[in-house]
Amino acid sequence: MKFSLGAIQYFWPKQVVQNFYRQAADSAVDIVYLGETVCSKRRELKYEDYMELAHMLREAGKQVCLSTMTLLEAPSELRELRRYCDNGEFLVEANDVGGISLLQENQLPFIAGPAINCYNHHSVRRLLNMGMTRWVVPVELSRDWLQDLLGQTLITDVRGCFETEVFAFGHMPLAWSGRCFTARSENRPKDQCELCCIQYPEGRTVTSQDGQQVFVLNGIQTQSGTRYNLVNQLGSMQGLVDVVRLSPQLDDTFDWLEKFRANQHGETQVPLAKLDSNGYWLNLAGLVQK
Amino acid sequence: MELLCPAGSMPALKAAVENGADAVYVGLKDETNARHFAGLNLDEAGLAEAARVVHRHGKKLHVAINTFAHADTWETWRRAVDMAARAGADVLILADLAVLAYAAERYPKLELHLSVQASATNAAAIEFYRQFRIQRVVLPRVLSMNQVRAIARTTDIELEVFAFGSLCIMAEGRCYLSSYMTGESPNTAGACSPARFVRWDETEDGTLESRLNDILIDRFAPGETAGYPTLCKGRFEVGGETYHALEEPTSLNTLSLLPELYREGIASLKIEGRQRSPAYVAQITRVWRQAIDAVMADPTGFSVAQEWDRVLASLSEGSQTTLGAYHRKWK
Repeated sequence: MKFSLGAIQYFWPKQVVQNFYRQAADSAVDIVYLGETVCSKRRELKYEDYMELAHMLREAGKQVCLSTMTLLEAPSELRELRRYCDNGEFLVEANDVGGISLLQENQLPFIAGPAINCYNHHSVRRLLNMGMTRWVVPVELSRDWLQDLLGQTLITDVRGCFETEVFAFGHMPLAWSGRCFTARSENRPKDQCELCCIQYPEGRTVTSQDGQQVFVLNGIQTQSGTRYNLVNQLGSMQGLVDVVRLSPQLDDTFDWLEKFRANQHGETQVPLAKLDSNGYWLNLAGLVQK
Repeated sequence: MELLCPAGSMPALKAAVENGADAVYVGLKDETNARHFAGLNLDEAGLAEAARVVHRHGKKLHVAINTFAHADTWETWRRAVDMAARAGADVLILADLAVLAYAAERYPKLELHLSVQASATNAAAIEFYRQFRIQRVVLPRVLSMNQVRAIARTTDIELEVFAFGSLCIMAEGRCYLSSYMTGESPNTAGACSPARFVRWDETEDGTLESRLNDILIDRFAPGETAGYPTLCKGRFEVGGETYHALEEPTSLNTLSLLPELYREGIASLKIEGRQRSPAYVAQITRVWRQAIDAVMADPTGFSVAQEWDRVLASLSEGSQTTLGAYHRKWK
């Protein structure tokens, strides 16, 4: 079982990002995804900065993948996407089929990110034919769903040709919009947002009127109010999941990485926080903790 | 420019064709479409009947098979495609790339449209889906008019846009908020904020509370109009303020954009609402038929008739309409 760090979903200052990846270089993580996946206006780090980090992490023995934007709307965003796809060195995670299209054009392998709608064995098989080498399962799918899918003959024949990866820790990306909810929360129009999301390195909490934390606003992305935490489900991933993804959180990401690594055969019950959830994997509503 | 109207039943379908729809879209009575509601949609016999009625009027029938197939019940989606082809559908509206591939290979003469649920928001994504022989793309409701224009000018594929109805503020097909709260999402179960999870409670002071799977979505003061608890349209608290944190309960209305949509060569205007009554479909269809005829007769002289706005507002969520993402201010 390998462990990965997904791309940072929040807008952090450059210095914070660089510190985070220096820690990653010294950690036991196997795979690191780099890049902006939420909003193209966030430009604390530019392409060259990410490439510099990528080289540093590769030298530290990590497999580096470049992760790309999820909601691509403007022609300028497609031009930027092309730069990442044409990087010439690192594997690319496509979070929109537009990315797959560009990579396919150049006959390059790709990772299908969690926002690619791939729900069944026929779709997996099609993506494999297009060059997919790793499939990051959509966050809303359960262990049962994954087991049914991987058990189909169409897949057992080719199971050695791709890896599966599951989002297992952090606030889950649940939706993307044309509207920026962080700007809206500050009464700013989207085109005058002044990048106010940099003030919310963990997003903005949304609670119901009776005090339940329901969502986290992160720019145009809406995240789960709970922190997904599958630290006690790693045993049930054996034989199904090749890579376990932790999504960078502002604090304690590397402590949790150690807890995950220590529990990869599922021997111990790690105590969960009150706002942790594991429902999706257990075939329940996503916000449930069992 | 085509007027494409919704029908969740035979009476709604007849209302659409009799009031001026050029085409009608329907779904099957199962989880293969994104409006999988109790009492709605057609079975195989209904589908054949729908095709006969629509064709008798010289119109087209589109069948939405636009959820994502499950591994263990893949056959349900395959059968839905076969059934629609057999029933005489003119067009299939598809989202799952495997279902697209199956339909493209098995029925090479059948017209295929890319559903909004496939979330194709840019020219490269449209290029991706071209390998499945699609002839038209239904654009998501997250795009601004500028972005629609940019796509229209870079692709030669037919484009369809949502003209009126419920407003989805998230990129369709990429929103798991509903399964996060209830376990069922549009992608996996064909429904958002499903009715069986809805609960209404009245407190002692007369406040009405709407809940979805026990989670409080909104509170309404006595006398305040209470809407269905679609989870993204509730009032929540952010930074000490309670407001519609994601979206107000309003309907999309693009009447005023008609000349621009026409100028950009948009092939089809889609009216949302397969869950609506035949009377609703009849009224909406009549207004949009008149509006499209007016813009086609005189694109530069077009203006929105007050009567159209009045009818549409009366049929809208919370009697409010918006240009949604098409308009920059919305953001």
